[in-house]
Amino acid sequence: MKKKKSLERIVFASESEFPLMPMSLGTMHYNRTGAWRNIKPVIDLDKCIQCGICWKFCPDVAILIQDEWPVVDYDYCKGCGICAEECPSKCIAMVEEKK
Amino acid sequence: MKKVIMGNHALSWGAQLGRAQVIAAYPITPQTQVVELLSEMCASQALNAKFIKVESEHSAMAACLGASLAGARTFTATSSQGLALMHELLHWASGGRLPVVMGNINRAMAPGWSIWTDQNDSLSQRDTGWMQYYCASNQEVLDTTIQAFKVSEALAIPSMVILDAFALSHTYEVVDIPDQDKVDKYLPPFRPKLRLSSDDPHAFGGLTSPEHYYELRYKLQKDMERAPALIEETGREYEKMFGRRLGLAEDYQCSDAEILFITSATAGYTARVAVDALRAEGIKAGNLRLRVFRPFPFDKVREVARRAGRVAVVDRNLSWGCHGIFYQEVKSALYGHTDGLPVTGYVAGLGGRDITPETFKEIARDALSRKKNEPAEEIVWIGVKR
Repeated sequence: MKKKKSLERIVFASESEFPLMPMSLGTMHYNRTGAWRNIKPVIDLDKCIQCGICWKFCPDVAILIQDEWPVVDYDYCKGCGICAEECPSKCIAMVEEKK
Repeated sequence: MKKVIMGNHALSWGAQLGRAQVIAAYPITPQTQVVELLSEMCASQALNAKFIKVESEHSAMAACLGASLAGARTFTATSSQGLALMHELLHWASGGRLPVVMGNINRAMAPGWSIWTDQNDSLSQRDTGWMQYYCASNQEVLDTTIQAFKVSEALAIPSMVILDAFALSHTYEVVDIPDQDKVDKYLPPFRPKLRLSSDDPHAFGGLTSPEHYYELRYKLQKDMERAPALIEETGREYEKMFGRRLGLAEDYQCSDAEILFITSATAGYTARVAVDALRAEGIKAGNLRLRVFRPFPFDKVREVARRAGRVAVVDRNLSWGCHGIFYQEVKSALYGHTDGLPVTGYVAGLGGRDITPETFKEIARDALSRKKNEPAEEIVWIGVKR
């Protein structure tokens, strides 16, 4: 998996340092939306046919392809289950999070 | 080169001379001949631009935003209900600091379904962070479109170039079409500092915490405040090159006006005819036609109104439950600057009812009959059948 960028918050001290528009403010570096999740996808790679459909359908770009296999980025996966629904070989199970 | 063209085509010519690179439009009513001619200009390669046909005005503005963010000079046009449908994305354009230029034909909002002029469509977009120019002739429409690109790109703020339905949109006038090479000198290519690029990827318009949002809005307002001086400056530069002045407002016989009309759009030209007629009758009338509504030309309004005996603001629009919109803005601009100057708000011509020199004479008679120290009712209706 690609290395995450540093998790430091970008904070501008004064308006003159701001970009003109909200651009690359880095909010998602520390705003780990995966924390919202109640159920998580678990991929059974033995049954995976490497079709890439889960990667294509994930609305949060939280499924990455690493060495040709799908890997869930749990920092950002919100647990919507679209990957499990769309998987043609039914190899993704939605498992309840233990909190 | 002089041509006899309609107001809609003056916008098309302005966009062509401004070398718009992307034009997106929904081609069905309330769309006008503005983009019809532009599509022909694109097809014949008179204009080297990408013409994107979309399925709604909302999508038209969305396409403009993407193109502008990628660094293209971008133009679209709409009217009335179409402008209303764009509303959400107007905020995206200004908040994203994208200098899109859009033509808007002022048409009354439905229902009753109307294709005639009033200003409630564009004035409903007052607080979206767009600059607004109100034009009074086809020549001014063409010239202003070119100026709007220049001012918008310098400030990274979008602009609306506005003209009255029928009174300009379908009226043919002689228009001087400037030479392309001169326009190129006035308006250099669009080179934004920030843009979408696969070579230097960035996220645009993402989640913005309370820590940052406030300063982004502060900067938008500060740049808006730079606009009046820039509009005057680019307007003088335009006059030097093309012989026509494009300022914030046009004053006519204002220096000694006992009754000062404050007007906008084509009604502002009609007012000049009335001023001449009133002066022939011995009444010192004057007319200040506001060409720019956002940013509001505070200094200009104060400077001219200070010399006037009384002010009559004429609105072809209405903020329901309040009063005429130019009236409320003029009053707020004058508060604390012109002690005791009577300002009265007149509403006329909604839904395309004609505003004639006689309308202005009636307004002048009404204003002059009022006692100076007695506040008038907030709306004086002109021409209602009752």
